[in-house]
Amino acid sequence: MNPNLIIDASYFAAAFLFIYGLKRMSSPVTARSGIVVAGWGMAVATLASFLYYFGATKSGNPQATRNLILAAVALVIGLAWAWRSGKKVAMTAMPQMVAIYNGLGGGAAALIAAVELLGAKADGYVELVVTFVGALIGSISFSGSVIAWAKLDGRINKTWRVKGQQLINGTVMLITVVIGAYIVGVAHGNAPPLLVIAFFVGALTFGVLMTMPIGGADMPVVISLYNAFTGLAVGMEGFVLQNPALMIAGMVVGSAGTLLTLLMAKAMNRSVSNVIFSNFGVSGDEQQGEIKGSQKPADAGDAAINMRYASKVIIAPGYGLAVAQAQHKLYEFVKLLQDAGVEVKFAIHPVAGRMPGHMNVLLAEAGVPYDLIFDMEDINGEFKEADVAVVIGANDTVNPAARTNKSSPIYGMPILNVDQAKQVYVVKRGQGKGYSGVENELFFADNTNLVYGDAQKVMVSMIQAIKSLEGGGH
Amino acid sequence: MDVTTSITGFVALYIFMLAAFTGYEIIGRVPAILHTPLMSGSNFVHGIVVVGAIYALMNATTPLEEGIGFVGVLFGAANAAGGYVVTERMLEMFKPSDKKKA
Repeated sequence: MNPNLIIDASYFAAAFLFIYGLKRMSSPVTARSGIVVAGWGMAVATLASFLYYFGATKSGNPQATRNLILAAVALVIGLAWAWRSGKKVAMTAMPQMVAIYNGLGGGAAALIAAVELLGAKADGYVELVVTFVGALIGSISFSGSVIAWAKLDGRINKTWRVKGQQLINGTVMLITVVIGAYIVGVAHGNAPPLLVIAFFVGALTFGVLMTMPIGGADMPVVISLYNAFTGLAVGMEGFVLQNPALMIAGMVVGSAGTLLTLLMAKAMNRSVSNVIFSNFGVSGDEQQGEIKGSQKPADAGDAAINMRYASKVIIAPGYGLAVAQAQHKLYEFVKLLQDAGVEVKFAIHPVAGRMPGHMNVLLAEAGVPYDLIFDMEDINGEFKEADVAVVIGANDTVNPAARTNKSSPIYGMPILNVDQAKQVYVVKRGQGKGYSGVENELFFADNTNLVYGDAQKVMVSMIQAIKSLEGGGH
Repeated sequence: MDVTTSITGFVALYIFMLAAFTGYEIIGRVPAILHTPLMSGSNFVHGIVVVGAIYALMNATTPLEEGIGFVGVLFGAANAAGGYVVTERMLEMFKPSDKKKA
């Protein structure tokens, strides 16, 4: 049988399985099976692609067998490394892991373009232009994702920023595009290798320059943007290689990723260009409004007992909860409250955690059922009726300054209305500020008490307080 | 190029357009709770780039092309495998509450 026919048929199957799998992934009930379905698509397509060996031998490539072995070795190494690292990674470190896998995909797309360009395999203006655009986007996605990973992983702590940064970035981009245009328009694809390399260096540099100034709080949007970038790059290189599986999968991800990026930016009440070009988090010169009142500490046990006799408690968890690994203890505490007849709900800000929806994953890890967890829009009206709102390890997402203080860098960001609850408890390590570096006036409000301490230890003492209360009651 | 399908000009544009709408429709009505797994899931899907990298490597003729192709397959495979494992781990944890109460 014609190997090309098998390859084409398996790509068709893969394209179908990807789309069907993604569709299943869009509901929590069927999500698990969705990734398995898509996984089969990937396995089928990858295995079939080894049949390219027959095409390569037929066209008289003397290295075909060596290439076959090299491909198998590379596949096994890449697979084994990623499988191991993916199994090991903690749920809190998930965003940077997604970033790095995504960056590698973008890098692979750029490398395909490099083979095409250095071997002068692409010809015709359309093909060359598409190769270059894909190479540019893929390279930016690669180097940008690596920087995003390093920042989220705490390897780069500085938001590096210089005067005239946008001018520098613009210049680098312009030079890169001019080199690309020269190779297409003047050299017709037969450019000296050094020029092709210069193009890739320019594109990679731009990815670094573009990502370095972006603050940690904005990283989720950036990762999502690069995810869309990689999708587009893959789709474009798919066109160059005349591979419909790459074209379809790449473009589906490209558009889905773009939409996801816009949704996330909207949840933070910012535009995507604002995220990339603004100086969020640089602070220092913002006018801090006069904050009245003082921070009033509260004992963990007292807070727990207060909640035990409340009728409705809403919990607003933030990344600090996950850092302290307190989500399991928190759910244990919540179950005690539920047993005592208290209605407990979780309120999730769209950017709680380091990626939208990240907090949902972290709570799910602790066994919290997803029907107790509510998105901001759905629960914000309920804080008025809540007896107690508990903020654990969150800060900027509950800062009322976002509503009132126009000079605050987080002004305009939608927040959880925890301050409308009758009583607010904030579990907090110390008196520090949030990720954006903004003082939080919620902590000084009349109805707010602060429970200082490591979130896990606080939860343990809250659990003990309830248990000793129940024990004493008998 | 030694492939039976030939996708040129407008045919390519039709494929891209339909695929783009498909992606948009799939993500459009997803609850925020699934944003992270879906980003990770779509991250897995573009790991299909490994297939293109295998093609490039198989048809490489110079050591330079072989080297680039090798790294390309390595990266693509890591993208696909990592994306799968991470997504699967996340989705496995999503459970409704009724099971336990029974």
